[in-house]
Amino acid sequence: MSEALKNLATVESGHQVELVRVNSGHAMQSRLASMGLVPGTMFKVVRNDHRGPFIIGLKGARVVLGRGMADRIEVR
Amino acid sequence: MGRIIKAALAGNPNSGKTTIFNNLTGARHHVANYPGVTVSTEEGDFTFGDTEFVLTDLPGTYSLAAYSPEERIARDFIIREKPDVVLNVVDATNIERNLYLTTQLMELGVPLVLVFNMSDMAQEHGAAIDIARLSTLLRVPVVETVGHKRRGMDEICRAAIDVVEGRREGCGVPLHYGHDIDPAIASIESEIGADKTFVPEVSARWMAVKLLENDACVREKITRTPVLELADRQRAHLAQLLGDRPETVIASRRYGFISGACTESLLPASVEARHIQSDKIDAVLTHPFWGLPIFLALMYVVFAFTFTLGDYPTGWLESFFGWAGGVIGGFWPEGSDSLLRSLLVDGIIGGVGGVISFLPNILLLFLAIAFLEDSGYMSRAAFIMDHLMHKIGLHGQSFIPMLIGFGCSVPAILATRTLDSRRDRITTIMIIPLMSCGARLTVYALIIPAFFPVHWQGPVLWLIYFTGILLAVGSAWVLRHTLLKGESVPMVMELPPYRIPTLLSVAVHTWERSWEYLKKAGTVILSISIVLWAMTAFPRKPGEAGAFAAEEAAAQDLYNQGIRDLAHQMDLPADFDLGSLLQDLPDDEFAIQDPGLAHFVSMLKQKRAIERRYAHHPVRGELHDDPVLLEKELLLTRLRSADPATCRLVAQYEEKVFGPRDQALRKIERRRHAEGLSYSMIGRLGHALDPVWRPMGFDWRIGTALIGAFAAKEVFVAQMGIIFASGGADGNADALRGQLRAAYSPLVGLCILLFTLISSPCLATVAATRKETESWGWAVFQMAWLTVLAYAVTVAVFQIGRLLGWGI
Repeated sequence: MSEALKNLATVESGHQVELVRVNSGHAMQSRLASMGLVPGTMFKVVRNDHRGPFIIGLKGARVVLGRGMADRIEVR
Repeated sequence: MGRIIKAALAGNPNSGKTTIFNNLTGARHHVANYPGVTVSTEEGDFTFGDTEFVLTDLPGTYSLAAYSPEERIARDFIIREKPDVVLNVVDATNIERNLYLTTQLMELGVPLVLVFNMSDMAQEHGAAIDIARLSTLLRVPVVETVGHKRRGMDEICRAAIDVVEGRREGCGVPLHYGHDIDPAIASIESEIGADKTFVPEVSARWMAVKLLENDACVREKITRTPVLELADRQRAHLAQLLGDRPETVIASRRYGFISGACTESLLPASVEARHIQSDKIDAVLTHPFWGLPIFLALMYVVFAFTFTLGDYPTGWLESFFGWAGGVIGGFWPEGSDSLLRSLLVDGIIGGVGGVISFLPNILLLFLAIAFLEDSGYMSRAAFIMDHLMHKIGLHGQSFIPMLIGFGCSVPAILATRTLDSRRDRITTIMIIPLMSCGARLTVYALIIPAFFPVHWQGPVLWLIYFTGILLAVGSAWVLRHTLLKGESVPMVMELPPYRIPTLLSVAVHTWERSWEYLKKAGTVILSISIVLWAMTAFPRKPGEAGAFAAEEAAAQDLYNQGIRDLAHQMDLPADFDLGSLLQDLPDDEFAIQDPGLAHFVSMLKQKRAIERRYAHHPVRGELHDDPVLLEKELLLTRLRSADPATCRLVAQYEEKVFGPRDQALRKIERRRHAEGLSYSMIGRLGHALDPVWRPMGFDWRIGTALIGAFAAKEVFVAQMGIIFASGGADGNADALRGQLRAAYSPLVGLCILLFTLISSPCLATVAATRKETESWGWAVFQMAWLTVLAYAVTVAVFQIGRLLGWGI
């Protein structure tokens, strides 16, 4: 795992990453938090088709993230 | 004895909460696969031992942050109703994420019972849960259950009673947010407490936490500015100190607490194994390339299933209402002018029957949707559609309500509650009526077979649905670039593991939505049918004796002439009243003195009996292909050969004397009826709006039915039935189709379809839009926008079609 921050959109399927920061508004952050996405969370990118939404696996659930969302999530 | 416990069920979507609710209360209620299906709180009661429970099923939520309507409903219920105990259902295979809601319930200070559902599955996947340890750590009772096997239900009740009676702790441990945040909470708490007159709804500490989280609902409740100023200062201070927003850090600390508790009680925080199968299925069903074609094919199967299978029971229901109309109408003498008969047969049976006839199609469509929802495929459909939906400024989740919209717009509009952004919600609500709903299908089912040959019927139906989708896409794009401009909010949605839907849950699900439809038929449509019938019946045209007198007299003269010829051919005395005899047709023809005449009467009756017996057999194709018609022909031939001479006289009477007068009188009756309708309230309205209908190729009759369709789309069918009832079309769709075919061109048929598809949604939809957007403005806008669009499209199609000479 590299230490450099990267955009979630660039992470290929099957990689495990740690959430560092979400660059979005209050409501969105709260929504992500309720789904378990808070800084420090480890999760897996299950699907990144480089088009359309993502599927990630975290805390035992599969969650779909819109591509626009993934652009604002920084991971390492 | 006689103790009542007020309890509430809370939990994440997909935690099996609704199954537990059904198990405990035995209530009819459905399992929701994604938030939004269980939109309002459901209540049920049951007794356990000598304790009575009143249980409320709260909407499934991931949190109590009050960002979505569900979260607000759940939180407000707990704060305002103050239940004695909250049963928090936790998916045992997904503990870490599910406990996030639990931490928020603990903060609220309500007595809790944790219900670890699907514990069998957790054990299967190798999760060893140290329940006792976790219970001690959190200071709340933990009960293990298996919802679908009804295991653990008594334990839930016992734990709840223990908590309420104070035998067990249920309020949980106080959460600490760390040495940086806790002092900030304490300072705000004491500032809130400084105002002795202010009584916080929950606790000052809870309000302090929420203020740090910048919760808008709690901020509104604080009236003193020093508190808000302090909260803002503390937020700024913490943001600087922690390098992130306080609410994000608070959420992280909650998860920290959860993972701490999980580690200490040796729980695997999550069970990844349950996704192995689902991931394999997803590799195919959500394939980047094949996902969309598979989805479209599935939709095709759903619609084919709905229509091919639904046609049989629909036919039976149609025959039933036709028969019922005949039986009830038969209580009155033929040609009776009774208002009650007209109300019952034309108004109620014709109106409500027409709508209920289409219930099978709707039932099947809801069944298919329920199956797809419960299996978990619906969220995948949202995933697949997200990319396309983004192009029109919406996201995949908007697609689920739109899909439900093919069944009925009202549940579809309610399902938009899953959408976080108000802009997305309103855009979706605005375009949902363009998803052609089940009620409109009743109109298509009437019109399409009337005007289009069999091999064109499928494509025309498809074209109509497709036009709706196309217009919805266009409308969404326009709205997102004008009135509802702004960045689209990205989607966040859980994908539940696939599961085989249980028969019960699919059945309950289907029934609940179909019941809504039936209720609509029984209430809204029944009353509208009566109102429309009254508008059709009143004011009654004053009877003008002389109106058709000349025509009636002419028909009678011809008849008299024919009778005289017959009497002459039969060598009857000049003063013999053959007319009256044939009119009455005595049962006992042997009483007739003249043997030739007696034979004539007998033959006439036999012939009519044969005709009557086969009257309801539809004529399809060639005579010799149809054994029933061959049989009839055989009987008639046998009758003819028995006495050819008399038979010729009978045929002469039927075809040249009795028949023409009968037809002439019927024609007069139809014209009289049409004039009466034209004179009635609805006819006048339809006529008055004639310049409006004309450019679309409609006449006042279609216009009149369209006025009715504003109330509910299905009413169009009922109304056309009433308008054309004079021709004997009550309750019989085929007869009505025949009359429509005679009156209008296929181009007009297509225009009816288009106008029905696009124009203003039904009253129930308007009401739902108003309620969900919390604004009359949007409801009126939706109505006006769609009607203008419908008018523009229909006029364009009719005028262009006419110029090009299509189907006229």
